[in-house]
Amino acid sequence: MLKKPLSVLYKKKNILRPFDDATSIEFFSNKSDAALFMFGSHSKKRPHNLIIGRLFDYHILDMIELGVEKFKSLSSFQTAKCPFGTKPCLVFTGEDFELNSEHQRLKNLLLDFFSGPKTKQVRLSGLEHIWHFTAAEGKIFWRSYRILMKKSGSRIPRIELEEIGPSLDLVIRRTKLASDDLYKRSRKQPKQAKPKKVKNVSMDAFGTKLGRIHMTKQNLDSLQTRKMKGLKRKSDEGAEDEEKMSRQINKLEKTWTQD
Amino acid sequence: MDSLVQSVLKSSAEKESKYKTTEVVKDIEVDIDEGHLLAVDPNPLDIKLLRSERDSYLKALARNDTQLLINKIWELPVERVEDVIVAKLPEPRTVVPREKPLPKEKPMTKWTQYAREKGINKRKKGRMVWDETAKEWKPRWGYKRAGDDTKDWLIEVPDTADPYEDQFAKRIKAKKERVAKNELQRLRNIARNMKGKVPGVGLTPTDTPDKDDVSRALHLARKSTASLGKFTQELPKEKPAKHVGKKRKFEPMIGNFNEEKKRALDILNKITNKQPTLNITQATNQEIYTEEDQKRIGKGGRNHLEGKAEANKTGTGRASQKEKAGVEKAMVKRDEHPSS
Repeated sequence: MLKKPLSVLYKKKNILRPFDDATSIEFFSNKSDAALFMFGSHSKKRPHNLIIGRLFDYHILDMIELGVEKFKSLSSFQTAKCPFGTKPCLVFTGEDFELNSEHQRLKNLLLDFFSGPKTKQVRLSGLEHIWHFTAAEGKIFWRSYRILMKKSGSRIPRIELEEIGPSLDLVIRRTKLASDDLYKRSRKQPKQAKPKKVKNVSMDAFGTKLGRIHMTKQNLDSLQTRKMKGLKRKSDEGAEDEEKMSRQINKLEKTWTQD
Repeated sequence: MDSLVQSVLKSSAEKESKYKTTEVVKDIEVDIDEGHLLAVDPNPLDIKLLRSERDSYLKALARNDTQLLINKIWELPVERVEDVIVAKLPEPRTVVPREKPLPKEKPMTKWTQYAREKGINKRKKGRMVWDETAKEWKPRWGYKRAGDDTKDWLIEVPDTADPYEDQFAKRIKAKKERVAKNELQRLRNIARNMKGKVPGVGLTPTDTPDKDDVSRALHLARKSTASLGKFTQELPKEKPAKHVGKKRKFEPMIGNFNEEKKRALDILNKITNKQPTLNITQATNQEIYTEEDQKRIGKGGRNHLEGKAEANKTGTGRASQKEKAGVEKAMVKRDEHPSS
């Protein structure tokens, strides 16, 4: 039980073939109100079968059948384990997870399955567990490690890993993937959850923040420049001079009349 | 100076030799989604190594990618919560399908619909209000509310009112009616949103019931008998009720053969008769319209299509809207003509 506190185990040996008839899976999903399921079976045709799937609105969305080729259990590794409820880190390696559409969907499904509870913050020393998925040679190698943080001489610790199991080598068998339409519908985000668009702020290719500012037109008349005597407005000066002249003339005239 | 540089270099070299580095170099950049604590490494694998020593190779791969992921997480802003250092995770970038479809929006009530049309915003009002007479904070509504007019111990009888009327009872009754009205409107909102037929109401508790309200109530009252109003006697000089749907009536199955024969012949006549029937009012209207249209074109002013566009643009004058309606009707008629 890898997701112990959050999962239900159905142990009855009922005949169940999710790829032929999904109704019973949908019934169980409805019963326990769970959207993710993992189903193990063994038959001559498909030995050591593991089906991982998820449901949307109580109907099958994705389902991927994996054949287990090699298995080492959790208890076969004689190491300290992680405590319950740690939020695991997920690492996917291999080109296939980027290129192949089936692998892409499997990546998303595994992420959905193992990413744990959604949190806004995480305790730095509590990052202890790694799920590691590698796609190569048509196989998927599923490993699980414990993180050991070592001193590195800087703030960031040096990481060492210790395998704690379980470890599986898997082959993809049958798949049932949701149609693009349904998949799109299931990924629909509520309106208010989308981030609000910030106006006039953009990022360029190098990641620098650019802002656009709208200004009113600059008034050049009221611009303050350097003050100098020679730049004083001429019209005012002329008027002053005339006034002085007229005053003097008046004085002279007065004196003349008095004489 | 030289010695200082040397000593710094020496110490850093010592450090490096003491601890292993945290740096990892990859050909293609590893895609890291801190919100999910997810790292996706698209670099091609070394198949030879994978075959020969699988587990150690996978472990080394995982270590490098984890180191990259941890480096990124350690760069995030940190916070101290109860002696524990936590990193604030950003919103995850990878979209994971939902478990259930998006919840449906709450259906709008008649009032919210109206408020949206008019642009009325809800204002937040405090729960408690200051009661001036009691000199106390009291709840805005409900038990022991402020300004409760049914709790007045003395009421002045208005000049116009009947002196023997109980003013206290009147206020209580008015309050009860307002409550009942609100409840009814709530139920009607529910019924409307169920897409079912909203039941017709009798006399709603309005302050001023108008003529239509009364006639509707009368009609309902008539029908509210065990025999659905079959034996209710009509009043002398009673007009048929408005706002009431008509009931379909059918011809009797057997009986009046002549009537039936006539109906069938009428239909046959209509089909075989090649001459078009002339609808005089329609024809005159059309004639008038074409004359007006020609006048307008003759003036060299705008034609009717332009006028229509303007009516749309302004959309305020009632005359312009009427004109628009007229235009549309006429156009419809013109289309109808050749078929009739």
